[in-house]
Amino acid sequence: MKFNFTVISAALALAAAANVAAQVTEVPFYFPVAVGGPITKYIDQFATDFNKENPTIKVSPIYAGSYQDTIVKALTANKAGMPPVASVLLSTDTFTLIDEDAIVPIDNFVKTPDDKAWLAGFYKAFLLNGQIGGKTWGVPFQRSTVVLYWNKELFKEAGLDANKPPQTWAEMTAMSQKLTKKDAGGKITQYGVQIPSSGFPYWLFQGLTTQNDVILSNDAGTQTKFDDPKVIEALQYWIDLSKKHGVHPSGIVEWGTTPKDFMEKKTAMIWTTTGNLTNIRSNAKFDFGVAMLPAGKKRGSPTGGGNFYIFKKATPAQQEAAFKFAKWLTQPERAAKWGIETGYVAVSPAAWDTAALKKYASEFPPAAVARDQLQYAVAEFSTHDNQRVTKALNDGLQAALTGSKTAEVAMKDAQREADRLLKSYK
Amino acid sequence: MLLPALVLLVAFTHYPAVATIIDSFMSTPKPNRPSVFVGLDNYASMIEDPIFWQALRNNLWFALATIPLSVGLALAMALWVNGPMTGRGFLRMAYFTPTVLPMIAVANIWLFFYTPTYGLLEQIGGVFGLPSQNWLGDKSTALASITVVAVWKEAGFFMIFYLAALQGISPSLREAAAIEGAGRWFFFRRVLWPLLMPTTIFVLVNAVINAFRMVDHVVVMTRGGPDNATSLLLYHLYEVGFKYWDQGYAAAITVVLLGALATVALVQFFVLDKKAHY
Repeated sequence: MKFNFTVISAALALAAAANVAAQVTEVPFYFPVAVGGPITKYIDQFATDFNKENPTIKVSPIYAGSYQDTIVKALTANKAGMPPVASVLLSTDTFTLIDEDAIVPIDNFVKTPDDKAWLAGFYKAFLLNGQIGGKTWGVPFQRSTVVLYWNKELFKEAGLDANKPPQTWAEMTAMSQKLTKKDAGGKITQYGVQIPSSGFPYWLFQGLTTQNDVILSNDAGTQTKFDDPKVIEALQYWIDLSKKHGVHPSGIVEWGTTPKDFMEKKTAMIWTTTGNLTNIRSNAKFDFGVAMLPAGKKRGSPTGGGNFYIFKKATPAQQEAAFKFAKWLTQPERAAKWGIETGYVAVSPAAWDTAALKKYASEFPPAAVARDQLQYAVAEFSTHDNQRVTKALNDGLQAALTGSKTAEVAMKDAQREADRLLKSYK
Repeated sequence: MLLPALVLLVAFTHYPAVATIIDSFMSTPKPNRPSVFVGLDNYASMIEDPIFWQALRNNLWFALATIPLSVGLALAMALWVNGPMTGRGFLRMAYFTPTVLPMIAVANIWLFFYTPTYGLLEQIGGVFGLPSQNWLGDKSTALASITVVAVWKEAGFFMIFYLAALQGISPSLREAAAIEGAGRWFFFRRVLWPLLMPTTIFVLVNAVINAFRMVDHVVVMTRGGPDNATSLLLYHLYEVGFKYWDQGYAAAITVVLLGALATVALVQFFVLDKKAHY
């Protein structure tokens, strides 16, 4: 009898709890942390502020690890039928999320003229990765791009103008030759330039290919162009920096140690994400500059970073609440604050017009370089079966950079593998 | 009384193992294509997958190097710190430290050891005028480099088992051997080594399992690169399962990995056990 009583009272308590919950829309929200700084604190603060303004919604941010950890958790939960309502995931995961039927287009919620103006307010370059099949699937949130950092002190030592970073490929090679130093034994102690190639070399390579006026995949994500002569030419330029000119380290250059190499003056220029700006700014003991990537046939850089997605299996009320949160997060003042705190590029021109960001950009001009480069930016490489196709490209790049294959063979092999993988999506 | 243990075993060991075997004969479910029985298709694609073979080859080399090196080093260290000497406690602690550190931390430390131009190895090499070497960025040295990290990490752990076993061996045996005029090598070969056999088997089983189970340092240091030169089976499995979301194929690789490990463990238990004195 007593047992029964306990069960009944527990059931009653549960029912009561459910009743209360019915009035408040729960929005579990997964987010990754991919750059330094107290990101979790900022996100929690956003959620607290939002919940205060919207008492009927309860956004609960859940830190989910790296980008890779977050998509693993989100998709596993989705397969189990209990995905989060919203999540920040890589902009390149859009194809995967659509193929898994996990997300809904943002357009579903864009109804009022105000909504439309909001969606049109983002930088085009940041929307590209999320726009597939005429629909917008992701809201740009924490976005970055590749830029060139140069050490002004070393430029001066080498007899170069400290305020003039290279504008073209030829200039970058020529300057690097002056910036490369050898010790008495002929061993290189300082390289001219360093483009990291571990982990995700395709991203930096995309800078080179865009500059060489070629796009690696079609918009539908069903066809790659790895064996295009211009792609091979771009790879050859990268290889030649070390093989022919000896101004770039040979073999694979680690992504993680590249900022450190720069701060240790082991290299005079590096290509890396804008996300490293705050880190380098606080740790470099010399004057440095940030520039747009040099131009080949033209300027160019890929975008990167994460979009905000809304999951399909959530209830309509939850999805609406998540949409409201996404819109709230990307309002100019908040986007500006987020950009200043993290080093991510604020996602809309309106954010750059806020007093806070204007002041920041005038005090620290490098912060605005990424924004100015956006007009030349392209979507980050992404296709169906994205990680597998990207892996084929990465393997090819690494094989060519380590010298086990020529640029041409490596890219043709990668293309063959990509064709095989994408066959079923055509 | 058996029930709680049984429930745990079934829920976390037996059911997942059986489910994996079943999954390995099924296609990967997609939203509009439910999982269907495909027989040995997943195994066929494994045979055609060059990265699987490379990962397997890498893993065999990794195992062949880490197992004897870490076990041998562990025994040597244990014998050394077992004898009387000053600073013995400190030395034991120093040997054991790598075991206490999380592999992720260890890998990050070693990442900087291996860094070209200013890494620790480079600085030491520079003193002797050796040429610069990009250890992790070169296909010919990358696998050896991560193997060294694994040996460094494991040897201390195995040393503790050997040390415990050595402490359990009666000193009267050593005295008796000394009276009989046995040399140190003879004593080791005919007395210590046989008495340590149970420990050696235990350590070997662990070393073999670890050789197929350790991937943390690969994730941190090379992510399987350059061009799959350091991709180990478990890392490849993770990529297939959680990056490509190819569940059926990932299950097939898991079955092969499980099968290989089970075989090795059984051989060790049944063949080596006969040679051990308990």
